Amino acid sequence: MARVLIRNLNKMYDDFHAVKDVNLEIRDKEFLVLVGPSGCGKTTTLRMVAGLETITSGQVLIGDTVVNDLAPMDRDIAMVFQNYALYPHMSVYDNMAFGLKMRKVERAEIRKRVQDAADILGIRDYLARKPRQLSGGQRQRVALGRAIVRHPQVFLFDEPLSNLDAKLRVQMRVELKIFFNFLKTTEIYFTHDQVEAMTLGDRVVVMRGGLVQQVGEPLELYNAPVNRFVAGFIGSPAMNFAPVRVSNGKDGLRADNPGFGIDVPAEIRPRLQPYAGRDVIMGIRPEDLQLANGSYPPGLCFDAMVEVVEKLGPEILLDLQVGEQTMVAAVEPNVRAKRGDKLRFALRPERLHFFDTGSEAAI
Amino acid sequence: MAISEAVGQRPFVRAPRRGVATRLLEDERWLAAALLLPTVVLLGLFIAYPFIEGVLLSVTDTKVGIPGHFVALQNFIALWHDSIFGTAVWNTFVYTAVATVFKLALGLWLALLLNRHFRGKAFTRAFILLPFIIPTVLSTFAWKWMFDPTFSVINWSLFQLGLIHGRINWLGDPNLALISVIIVNVWRGVPFFAISLLAGLQTINPELQEAAAIDGARPWQRFWHVTWPLLLPVTMVVVLFSVIQTFADFQLVYVLTGGGPANATQLFATYAYQVGVGTGLLSEGAAISLAMFPFLLIVVVVQLLYIRRVEVH
Amino acid sequence: MIEGAKWRRWVYFYIPLSGFVFWLLFPFYWMLVTSIRPDRELYRPWMAPNYTPFWTAHPTLVHVMDLLTETLFTRWMLNTLFIAIVSTVISLFCGVFAGYALSRLKFPFAGSLGAGIFITYLVPQTLLFIPLADIIRNFHLGDTPWALILTYPTFLIPFCTWLLMGYFKAIPRELEECARIDGATRWKAMLYIIIPIAVPGIMSAGIFAFTLSWNEFIYALVFLSSAEQKTVSVGVTSELVRGDVFYWGQLMAGALLGSIPVAFIYSFFVEHYVAGLTGSVKG
Repeated sequence: MARVLIRNLNKMYDDFHAVKDVNLEIRDKEFLVLVGPSGCGKTTTLRMVAGLETITSGQVLIGDTVVNDLAPMDRDIAMVFQNYALYPHMSVYDNMAFGLKMRKVERAEIRKRVQDAADILGIRDYLARKPRQLSGGQRQRVALGRAIVRHPQVFLFDEPLSNLDAKLRVQMRVELKIFFNFLKTTEIYFTHDQVEAMTLGDRVVVMRGGLVQQVGEPLELYNAPVNRFVAGFIGSPAMNFAPVRVSNGKDGLRADNPGFGIDVPAEIRPRLQPYAGRDVIMGIRPEDLQLANGSYPPGLCFDAMVEVVEKLGPEILLDLQVGEQTMVAAVEPNVRAKRGDKLRFALRPERLHFFDTGSEAAI
Repeated sequence: MAISEAVGQRPFVRAPRRGVATRLLEDERWLAAALLLPTVVLLGLFIAYPFIEGVLLSVTDTKVGIPGHFVALQNFIALWHDSIFGTAVWNTFVYTAVATVFKLALGLWLALLLNRHFRGKAFTRAFILLPFIIPTVLSTFAWKWMFDPTFSVINWSLFQLGLIHGRINWLGDPNLALISVIIVNVWRGVPFFAISLLAGLQTINPELQEAAAIDGARPWQRFWHVTWPLLLPVTMVVVLFSVIQTFADFQLVYVLTGGGPANATQLFATYAYQVGVGTGLLSEGAAISLAMFPFLLIVVVVQLLYIRRVEVH
Repeated sequence: MIEGAKWRRWVYFYIPLSGFVFWLLFPFYWMLVTSIRPDRELYRPWMAPNYTPFWTAHPTLVHVMDLLTETLFTRWMLNTLFIAIVSTVISLFCGVFAGYALSRLKFPFAGSLGAGIFITYLVPQTLLFIPLADIIRNFHLGDTPWALILTYPTFLIPFCTWLLMGYFKAIPRELEECARIDGATRWKAMLYIIIPIAVPGIMSAGIFAFTLSWNEFIYALVFLSSAEQKTVSVGVTSELVRGDVFYWGQLMAGALLGSIPVAFIYSFFVEHYVAGLTGSVKG
């Protein structure tokens, strides 16, 4: 068991700067998820931690050892690959035993460890099969089993669920969650799927363009994103953004868009005051847009026209036209709305986000 | 649940120390060097070195057992005025051009036939390759026997069919010998063309053919506008290989005619053999061989450029 | 294909295909018939009224027996077999390593080395045989099997390398990376993971290389001189033709028997062979 420390990590490919000054600490026995769109540098970071890619500058420490110059085999890590990377010519047993054989573990010990792992993962009956005879979920379990028999310091997961179909993915996500809770070891999980990140991670790291955007617990990222990118990336359906002009009105600070205007709630006013007379970006999550009834203060309400109704079952998504702006609202499933309806919506004031137009940082 | 047991909690251990060789071979560059070493040594020793040796030999007057002196380009100048060499060059070009055209045409035809569905297709395909895999020299002897003026089964057949009235001296008649040799070369090469082009045909999506058919294209138009352009890259590579092999051919002619009659079938390679090994004029033989090189180089460069152009588009 | 009337299928398909099959296979039939035909029938001119070309009424094994007892034919077969096997093994050994390095490792000059090997793939044997004979003599390899065992790889290695590069490229990178994280060195990952997966490709390359070395002629003709060192092709050519007397019965029997090992291997591995053939021309 060990912590992993990443210090000022950089990767340059010729003239492309793929990873820029990444600093991360993965605590002992912590489950850290790195999430970001493809090309954000997370895969390169992963490969540098694993030793598959040379490090341009900076350090990776596992335990107290700088592993920059250690071959992957000497880093004492295990990795589960996106396509599982099961050796097609070996049986499930041999797949799981390969790492132990390479490390010259005794045969009896190998047998015991493989069988224990197979029991836990429920693949004992498949040990003699070849990978191509297994279903996607079973392959996934073999890949996990191959990682755990090694007793490594650190587990790395490279998008392990992205090859599964949607239904199986949800099921495996739950299984993984249970599994990790018992595993109690240091794990770094890489994914582009923010739902996986939110549901699995103790802490989540959001990356973009080779830079770390934000590190924090899942709800921290959800409730207090540090910039527009994180705000838009975390949460589904994504946060609505609308440009607004901040101005001093007769009742205090106002934020106006051609389609709507609101009174800035008192708690945000001090932060937004310096932006008076300038444009900022307002963000509001779909679930924080609600159908207005009389109890809402009129300064937080606006009218919108329904463009599309998506009935998902537990909720209904309404694609709205608000002036020139499109927004999505998630409303209760009992709401009856159809295309062309004019409805009045209210914003939840404590759930409003504002971002600087230039830097896109949260205000 | 015994996961924590299976995962085996244990304290951190330091990485093992590795030997120098292991660490070097973990470096891609060193590993690549080690893996390529045997190949580079063998190819260097028996391709690059002989090539240089050949160039050096061709500018001396070395004969078997007699060390030579530097004579500059005398061997090449002598070749320039050598009428047999001229014949050999001419023959080689005719042989290569005619044989390649026929191999391509017949091979393509055969490939198109084999691309259909019929019973015994795999079987037919397997048997059709026989001329290509059976050692050339051995199958060529069968042809030599079939071409024998006195005992020729071909003559007998043509006579019985009423197509000829006297005997045909396939290999002995200077006007016919080159044609006969080309027939055997085409016979041997067609399977290679057919099977390679068949593989190319099989990569073409049949939906394209069907789409063209629905658009009203006739079979010939479908071939010309759909199949042929898609097959062109494979065709070019196959032709490249075949041209080089045919241009440098030796064994066929050596067995059938030995270059005769009266040098009517003399090629670069057979002439080089005759002069260099038969007569023992090593340096002249080397010069004749090397004279192939510029032609081969042009063929390779032109074809590679063309292939690249086709691939780009 | 779009089906037409029956006669069209005959004219455009069955007749041409039968023609091709007949033309391509007849010489082998002719070999067979000649090798079991007694001499008195063999040397009967085609104009003779009792010339029966396509069969024989008196089949005999006398040519085969003569070939096996009075000539060094079995010796030539063994020579050829030995040379073909050893040179194929050497070429596979080199080709697997070189193909792996060129297709899966990053190193300086990889591109130019690959191009260099491709160029040697295109060098015909007839370009270099005279200086090579000189070199073989200097190395004191003349008239030994090693003269061929060491020179055949010059055209087999480029072929094997080129073919195997295609196979290696198709293997996902993750397999190897996973093995390396699992505790394998690069070398072991290649040995235990990549090479076993490429076995079909290695088989194709090996079978093709074997037939190529069995087929080779000019090096064997030039580098070997004594009768007992010769390969089948050269032995048949030089020892069964004395002056301008051709022992046709024996020649054809020799051609037939000399083809058997190649045909035998080919018949078992047709698919591998075809894969090798078509893989070798993929640019």
